[in-house]
Amino acid sequence: MPDYEPIVGRYLTIEVAGEACRIHVEEAGDGIPLVCLHTAGSDARQYRHLMCDPAITDHYRVIAFDMPWHGKSNPPVGWRDREYSLTTELYKDTIMAFCRAMELRHPVIMGCSMGGRVVLHLALEQADRFRAVIALEGADRLEPYYELDWLHRPDIHGGEVCAAIVSAQVAPQSPDEYRWETLWSYMQGGPGIFKGDLYFYWYDGHFDDRSPLIDTDKCPVYLLSGEYDSSCTPERTAATASRIAGAKATVMEGIGHFPMSENPALFRTYILPVLDEIRGAG
Amino acid sequence: MIDKIQGCVNGDKMLIRRGRFVDLAFLLGVGDEDYLVTIEKGRIASIEPRELETITGQFSIRAASEVWQEFWKPMPKRNHHDIWAMLAAGLVELDGDLAPLMQNLQYFKDVLSSPRPKARRR
Repeated sequence: MPDYEPIVGRYLTIEVAGEACRIHVEEAGDGIPLVCLHTAGSDARQYRHLMCDPAITDHYRVIAFDMPWHGKSNPPVGWRDREYSLTTELYKDTIMAFCRAMELRHPVIMGCSMGGRVVLHLALEQADRFRAVIALEGADRLEPYYELDWLHRPDIHGGEVCAAIVSAQVAPQSPDEYRWETLWSYMQGGPGIFKGDLYFYWYDGHFDDRSPLIDTDKCPVYLLSGEYDSSCTPERTAATASRIAGAKATVMEGIGHFPMSENPALFRTYILPVLDEIRGAG
Repeated sequence: MIDKIQGCVNGDKMLIRRGRFVDLAFLLGVGDEDYLVTIEKGRIASIEPRELETITGQFSIRAASEVWQEFWKPMPKRNHHDIWAMLAAGLVELDGDLAPLMQNLQYFKDVLSSPRPKARRR
């Protein structure tokens, strides 16, 4: 037998906003469903280490999918005649359509970066559907600090500039092997996709006005942010936590914006206690 | 550290290869001092103090001396480890025609950090 990893990848087609979307999903483990949302401009490969960690997969069914336009998921038919721009509604609809199609019951949902933002929306609006939300690098508000047009124009290689920009978001302590693997997925992103995702993360998805409405008794909220994250900074994480009564916030020292992929060994020391607590709460 | 950049870059074959299409001069501002960094096909041809106001380079990257001192440490503290992190924290100023910077962003980041001593990993 080949020495396979426990991860299994498959495809399914889901309907989102009236359009058929062919989605790539991978998963490993048994137990409580744990849906994982990748960062802007990347894909579900970021979660491969969690899926190969028996301390997690003995208790959780870890499921990560590539958003439409990302990774091995297709863009919708007719993509060439539109500009990709992720709105809050489209993002939420995609996630809920995926969870319905997968027939998931009361999953935990964990997202990073833009995924960490959207799970806060879900904690408020879909509190009954989720057992808990885990926002990695997920502040409820960010401020733009460069023009997004740099990410998609013909005189600049989109993959290389996206990776070069987010390389600032990897902590200097993170192992080179995983730093460059994390950046590789940015180099492989489709044209304009990181830019289109940041429309949600920087503009459309602000949530600081409604995050105080989250009831963490109904849906517990965990915020974990890296010390070296320069967008979802420790300060913005603390500000977010201060607006969500009962939210549990942790700053992960020596980690940047991509905890699960840039330093998996260090990240597991932060995420395992959270997953144990959620499991213990029943 | 400014004086080490030329040797560090020109001794790094892969860095020169990645910058092989870069032929320009830019201003590197360290506190009140500006330096003109001239690059030819990815090699640092010279780094000279800026003598005249009419010497501008194609773009400029400026930060306070103490910010660069932290940037060049083996393990810089957060907001100081990368010029784009410095940008997010408001610790660096970019000016001029940024297109060649963005076309070769990782190259320029690596040029600037090239004198940083290797840190022992935690």
